[in-house]
Amino acid sequence: MNDFIAARSQMAISLGFHIIYSCIGMVMPVFMAVSHYKWIKTGEPVYKNVTQAWSKGVAIFFATGAVSGTILSFELGLLWPKFMEHAGPIFGMPFSLEGVAFFIEAIALGFFLYGWNKFNKWFHWFTGVLVGVSGIASGILVVSANSWMNSPSGFEYVNGQYINIDPIKAMFNGSWFSESLHMTIAAFSATGFAVAGIHALMIARKKNVLFHTKAFRIAIVFGAIAAILQPFSGDISAKNAAKRQPAKLAAMESYFHTQPYSPLTVGGFPDTAAKKNKYGLEIPGLLSFLVYDNFQQPVKALDQIPTNEQPPIAVTHIAFEIMIAIGSTMMLVGILYFIAVWKKRSWLTKNWFLKLFILSTPFGFIAVEAGWTVTEVGRQPWIIQGIMRTSEAVTPMPGIQYSFYLFTLVYLILSIAVIFLLSRQIKMVPELYDVKEPKLSHH
Amino acid sequence: MIFVVTAFLFLAIVLYFLLGGADFGAGIIELFTSEKNKHKTRQTSYQAIGPIWEANHMWLIIAVVIMFVGFPVVYSTMCTYLHIPMLIMLLGITARGTAFAFRNYDAVKGAHTQKIYNRVFVYSSFITPLFLGIIAGSAISRQIDLHATSFMDAYIFSWFNYFSIAVGLFTVALSGYLAAIYLIGEADNDHDARRFIVKAKVMNIIAVAFGGLVFVASEIENIHMAHWIFGNPVSLTAVIAASVSLIASWILINKGKRKIIRIGAGFQVTMILLAVGYMHYPYLIMIKGGQNLSLFAYQAPETTINDLGWGLFIGSFLILPSLFYLYYSFQKKEIV
Ligand code: HDD
Ligand code: HEM
Ligand code: HEM
Repeated sequence: MNDFIAARSQMAISLGFHIIYSCIGMVMPVFMAVSHYKWIKTGEPVYKNVTQAWSKGVAIFFATGAVSGTILSFELGLLWPKFMEHAGPIFGMPFSLEGVAFFIEAIALGFFLYGWNKFNKWFHWFTGVLVGVSGIASGILVVSANSWMNSPSGFEYVNGQYINIDPIKAMFNGSWFSESLHMTIAAFSATGFAVAGIHALMIARKKNVLFHTKAFRIAIVFGAIAAILQPFSGDISAKNAAKRQPAKLAAMESYFHTQPYSPLTVGGFPDTAAKKNKYGLEIPGLLSFLVYDNFQQPVKALDQIPTNEQPPIAVTHIAFEIMIAIGSTMMLVGILYFIAVWKKRSWLTKNWFLKLFILSTPFGFIAVEAGWTVTEVGRQPWIIQGIMRTSEAVTPMPGIQYSFYLFTLVYLILSIAVIFLLSRQIKMVPELYDVKEPKLSHH
Repeated sequence: MIFVVTAFLFLAIVLYFLLGGADFGAGIIELFTSEKNKHKTRQTSYQAIGPIWEANHMWLIIAVVIMFVGFPVVYSTMCTYLHIPMLIMLLGITARGTAFAFRNYDAVKGAHTQKIYNRVFVYSSFITPLFLGIIAGSAISRQIDLHATSFMDAYIFSWFNYFSIAVGLFTVALSGYLAAIYLIGEADNDHDARRFIVKAKVMNIIAVAFGGLVFVASEIENIHMAHWIFGNPVSLTAVIAASVSLIASWILINKGKRKIIRIGAGFQVTMILLAVGYMHYPYLIMIKGGQNLSLFAYQAPETTINDLGWGLFIGSFLILPSLFYLYYSFQKKEIV
């Protein structure tokens, strides 16, 4: 493995790890705030139990998210010093504000986790809300930093110099809105489905049914609404990619030859030598329609992009297909949930219905990883689209593969530890929170 | 604005040193506590740092962000030549943060798993400040060689030298000292308080010894720190102030003034950082062959510095009061 590939892989694995914790860090506080609110309003102890059980789990995720985020802020410099040297002053604004948001989040978290029975209950509730709000704000900010890499603005690039820097303009670059919107919705759908899935499993196993039903409902309402909105926001993202990163869009679609009535490719596998997509279904005109709102206008294909500016096509395309497949499925499941709630209440307790959600547990997070692969791999060979190549940014230090192996090992250990701890927490639910459920209590 | 940004950078570093340091120190104290008292120490430090540790570590992030936004060349130079110690420090932060959270939030308090968490926690509490100190020492050690041709010269000897390691050890001792002082005030009975008093004194003696070692190492490496520090009035005053407050602290410790000595200890460490900081200000990195990276010569363009300064300024109005309230709230000790 050469140093360049090792650096990219280390970055990818670090981000791929962190994103799971950041989604949970953004969304779980919102779920807890809802449950906490219900407890304060109704006084039903099960809501307090749900809130506390969640907050114990979330503390583990927060710590892991915080350390993996700390790793990332250093890795940007450790792996890509040349990039940070030039980009830091331009796209640093969201990072500085993100620092503020994290700080507020960390303070609010201290109050929330350690403040049970110590503060006015509404103040305590409010600190929980603040954790969620600042988490979401920091997510939006960091994604807007990333979107700058996709659509750089707020500076002029003249003779290799970066001049007339305007950090505010860089922050509100052309892609910030579509990316932040899509990411925020993704965090809600992924976390919502994952949490709902775990609680559905417990309901299906008839364990602490009341507890898990309440938890399931809160999570799935957010998850389902987000899953229904997701494809619409994805459409905005795709239009934006077409405008600013035609190479990325063409690779996503595995679309080789520019033509009117540009087709949308579903499935299949790109054959880069033959310059065509194999085994896929082509729907003529649909790509033109999705990008330009008319069926005729040709969309730029890979044949108009120099080979040395094309991203890896297969990876980008397959990742995109995975995201779309999962996105469509999650939308359907989301719609089914609302049909059940409004028309077919009997479904809600049926086994097949629960199984649907159990099966969907990992979907959102798989789509999140796939979506980021599209965004990041699809930007290659650029680290700053059209301005700086990733290969120019990498650290001169040799031996990066060892650091890649080391971090891979660290993330592996942490993942195992987190899964282990989470399963222990779920196992302990009966012991810790069962008191108020006479039917299942073992006293 | 550059002065505002520089002031925030210094503030973030000092606060990280004090708060994060005390935090690491709690682990160091635990490492050097006898088996029979370990449990009690753990409990006290959990109550003391549980609610605030995440916030304490945010100062590091703030410092890093100020560096890469405001002083990108300085940051990229450090990241390149001090890659390895930074990597080890990151592994330390990771191990420590997760072990701390895991040992408190593991739903099953199994003896075996707790033992693993505790081990990881105490060793990483030692390693992390050691390497933080090494990084800080290397920045001013003149061992970073931009023209190095071999791997060892470029990436190893930049930080693997007597001076950097002495600074690392000094940092560890100061962290332990800060933690012991902090824990005296948190102890819920006299016996524990006395234990922490002894720890504070021992750590203090070790810190003074390692501090001396730093000077010796600086002579070996031709850095001549003594000459620098005693040669400029601000640093000299700061060192004298630190020494005076050191003596005062011992007296106050013996009198059992638990909370005031915290201010004293914080003051001492701040003075040490001030002495060193002022000594080579405005240079943040001193490079082999005499070239130095000055904060002013290598600052980001003015618009960036302005926006960053405003961001920090406004942000601090949000952060500082709430942070203060957090510390204040968890000082009231009815906590179970
Ligand atoms: C729950 C996760 C999830 C789901 C169901 C979807 N996405 Fe997505 N997608 C993401 C999670 C995600 C992401 C991980 O959050 C990305 C990566 C960067 C970003 O902003 O969002 C992303 C990126 C991303 C991009 C690339 C944006 C760019 O690089 O400029 C496009 C074009 C789409 N998505 C389109 C869609 C469409 C049309 C979907 C409809 C089915 C869809 N996504 C479902
Ligand atoms: C957390 C979600 C994210 C994931 C899962 C992710 C994923 C990836 C992947 C897969 C790569 C490797 C691409 C390749 O080399 O082929 C990469 C590279 C990179 N990403 Fe991201 N990314 C995320 C967010 C971000 C954000 C928010 C930023 C910065 C603000 C960022 C900055 C970078 C940089 C600097 C590289 C290395 C240079 C490059 O390959 O272009 N990423 N990321
Ligand atoms: C290059 C990319 C990234 C960097 C440098 C980064 C940096 C950080 C840092 C330093 C922390 C620790 C804060 C603390 O101690 O509380 C953190 C946590 C967090 N990050 Fe990231 N991050 C990156 C990508 C992302 C992305 C893509 C998102 C979301 C979309 C995100 C959302 C969060 C959230 C919500 C937290 C809060 C802590 C938690 O939930 O556990 N980050 N990140």
